[in-house]
Amino acid sequence: MMSFLQTYGAQLLLKTWQHLYISAIALLLGVIVAVPIGVLLTRANDTVANVVMSIASMLQTIPAMALLALMIPFFGIGSVPAIIALFIYSLLPILRNTYLGMKDVEPALIDAAKGMGMTSGQSIIKVEVPMAAPVIMAGIRLSATYVIAWAALASYIGAGGLGDFIFNGLNLYRTDLILGGSIPVIILALVVDWLLGKLEAAVTPRTTQA
Amino acid sequence: MEHLNKTYPGGKVAVEDFNLEIEKGEFVCFIGTSGSGKTTTMRMINRMLSQTSGTIKLNGEDIGKMDPVKLRRQIGYVIQNIGLMPHMTIRDNITLVPRLLKWPQEKMNERAKEMIKLVELPEDYLDRYPSQLSGGQQQRIGVVRALAADQDLVLMDEPFGALDPITREALQDLVKDLQERLGKTFVFVTHDMDEALKLSTRIVVMDGGKIMQVDTPDGILRHPANEFVENLIGKDRLIQARPSITTVGQVMLKDPIATTPGKSLTDALRLMHDKRVDSLLVTDEAGILKGVIGIEDVDYNFNSATSVSDIMKKDLFYVQSSSLIRDTVERILKRGLKNIPVVDDNHRLVGIVTRATLVDIVYDALWGDEEADEETNNIHHGEDADSASAKGGEA
Ligand SMILES: Nc1ncnc2c1ncn2[C@@H]1O[C@H](COP(=O)(O)OP(=O)(O)O)[C@@H](O)[C@H]1O
Ligand SMILES: [Mg+2]
Repeated sequence: MMSFLQTYGAQLLLKTWQHLYISAIALLLGVIVAVPIGVLLTRANDTVANVVMSIASMLQTIPAMALLALMIPFFGIGSVPAIIALFIYSLLPILRNTYLGMKDVEPALIDAAKGMGMTSGQSIIKVEVPMAAPVIMAGIRLSATYVIAWAALASYIGAGGLGDFIFNGLNLYRTDLILGGSIPVIILALVVDWLLGKLEAAVTPRTTQA
Repeated sequence: MEHLNKTYPGGKVAVEDFNLEIEKGEFVCFIGTSGSGKTTTMRMINRMLSQTSGTIKLNGEDIGKMDPVKLRRQIGYVIQNIGLMPHMTIRDNITLVPRLLKWPQEKMNERAKEMIKLVELPEDYLDRYPSQLSGGQQQRIGVVRALAADQDLVLMDEPFGALDPITREALQDLVKDLQERLGKTFVFVTHDMDEALKLSTRIVVMDGGKIMQVDTPDGILRHPANEFVENLIGKDRLIQARPSITTVGQVMLKDPIATTPGKSLTDALRLMHDKRVDSLLVTDEAGILKGVIGIEDVDYNFNSATSVSDIMKKDLFYVQSSSLIRDTVERILKRGLKNIPVVDDNHRLVGIVTRATLVDIVYDALWGDEEADEETNNIHHGEDADSASAKGGEA
C-alpha cells in the first residue's frame, strides 16, 4: 500500500483531479441543460414532455463504451468527447427528477401563486423550484454518482482520469493498479455524494423556525 | 357579469348565461350543489379561467382587456386548501402581493403587523412558518393575505370547508367584520347554507351552471324561487324561517266577532248564538279594543247586569298585528289562551288568533309544504302571493 502510494502517489493525484474535472464539467453542463428543460417541460403539453423524456431515456440506454466510441468520429479523442458523453448520461436523472419534482408541487400552491398575481416565471422561481429543490437535488446526486463511475471508462478514449490505472491494470494483470484506480473512484463518488447531500439540505427550503 | 358562459374543452357546459351585478361592499355568496359551476364562475372573475362568451366588468372596465397578472394583484384570492407558501414565513406570506407590487420594505413590514393584529394573532407569529400554525390560524393568514395589498374585491372558494365548526364560525365572523368595517366586496363560494345565510348580503343560488335565484338571505328564506332552492335551504331552516318572518297580521283571522260596550246582554247572547262563539270582543264605536266577555260572564250576570260594559273584562291579553309570530307564538301557547285579539298600532281591533290558527302555524312550520299549503291557504295567502313574483335570476 505504502509502496504503491510512493510509486504512484503523484500520478494518482493527477488522475483523481482529471477524473473529478471531467465529471464535474459534465455534471455542471448536465445541470445547466437539464434543469431548465425539465422546468420548461412542465409548461409544455404532455405529449412534448413524453417525447423529450423518451429521447433522454433512449440516450441513457446506449452502452457507455458504444457512446464513447461514437464520440470519436465527431470530436476526436481526449477529454472533450468524454465530457460530452458523460454529459449526455447525466441528463436523464436530472431531467426526470426536475420534471417530476415540479409536477409534484401541490397544485393548490401553484394555483394560489397564480391567483395572487405571480407571473409564470415568478411562480417557477419563487414557488415551484424551491418546493421541488430536494427532488431536483436527488436527481443531481444520482447523476453525479453515474458520471463519476462512467468517467472511469473515459480513459478508453484518452481522456485520462482514474480509468487509466484500471485499464492499465487490466492489460497488465496488475491487481494493485486495478484497485489503485477503482478504490479512489468509489471514494470520490462517496465524497461527492456526501457533499451534494449537504448542498441538498442547504437548498431544501425551511418550513419551520430554527 | 353579463351573459357569461363557460364550456370546458370536451363540451362540458359549466356556466350558462350568468348575469349578475355586484355592488361595492356587498357580500355575495354563490351556493349550490357540487358541480353547479360556482368555482368556475368565480375563477372567471380573476381570469384564472377565461369565459367562452360574455363579459365581466370591474368598476366598469372589461377585465378581458386588462393584464391578467395586474388584475389578479388587485383581487384577493382565498382557496379551500389555504395555499400558504410553506417555505415562506408568515410575514412573507402576508406581504406576498405587496412584494409583487414592489412596495417599499418599510411599508410591507407595517402592513404585516397591521394584518396580524387584524386577525388577533401575536406579532411574533410573523417569523413562524405556516406548518407551525393550526389550520384555523393558517386560514386567518390566508384571509389577510388576500387583503394585504388593499384589494377591494376578495374571492373566496369554500375557504372554511375544512375547518372545525368553532374555528369556522370565528373566521366567518372575521370576514363578515372585514366586509362591514373595511367596506370590502366579497364573492364567496360555499355549499353550506348556514354560512351563506349568515354572511351574505345577497345569495346566488346555482344549479347546473345556471342561476336559480338571487336574493337577500331573508328573501331566499321567505320566497324560495323553486323546489331546488327550497331543498337547498332545507326543511329545518324553513321551519325556523317561517315563524321568524311571519307576522301575526298574516296569520290572524280577520273580522273577529265583536260587540260594543253599550249593547245589552241580550243582544250579546244573541250574537254569540248566531255566530256560534263562546266569547265576544268588545270595541268602541271607533273599533278600539276595550275588553272581552265570555259566555260564563253572561250566564252568571244575566240578571244583575244590563249592558256589556258592566261585565266585560278589561285587562286582556292581546298582540300587535305587526309583531312576529316567532316572538308571540310561545307566549300565546304558554298562557293557554283560547283566543287572542289582534290590534293595530292604534289599538284598533283588526283580527283574532284562535287555537285553530295556532295549530295551523305549528303544523305548517313542521310539515308545511305542498300538502299543507292547500289547507292553510287562508292563513298565509298573502305570503304565497308574494313568492309567486319572486323569481330571481336577473341582476
Ligand atoms: N377543468 C375542467 N374540465 C372539464 N370540466 C370541468 C372542469 N372543471 C370543472 N368542470 C365541470 O364543470 C362543472 C362545474 O364545476 P365547478 O365550477 O367546479 O362546480 P362547483 O364549484 O360548483 O362545485 C362540473 O360539472 C365539473 O365537473
Ligand atoms: Mg367548487
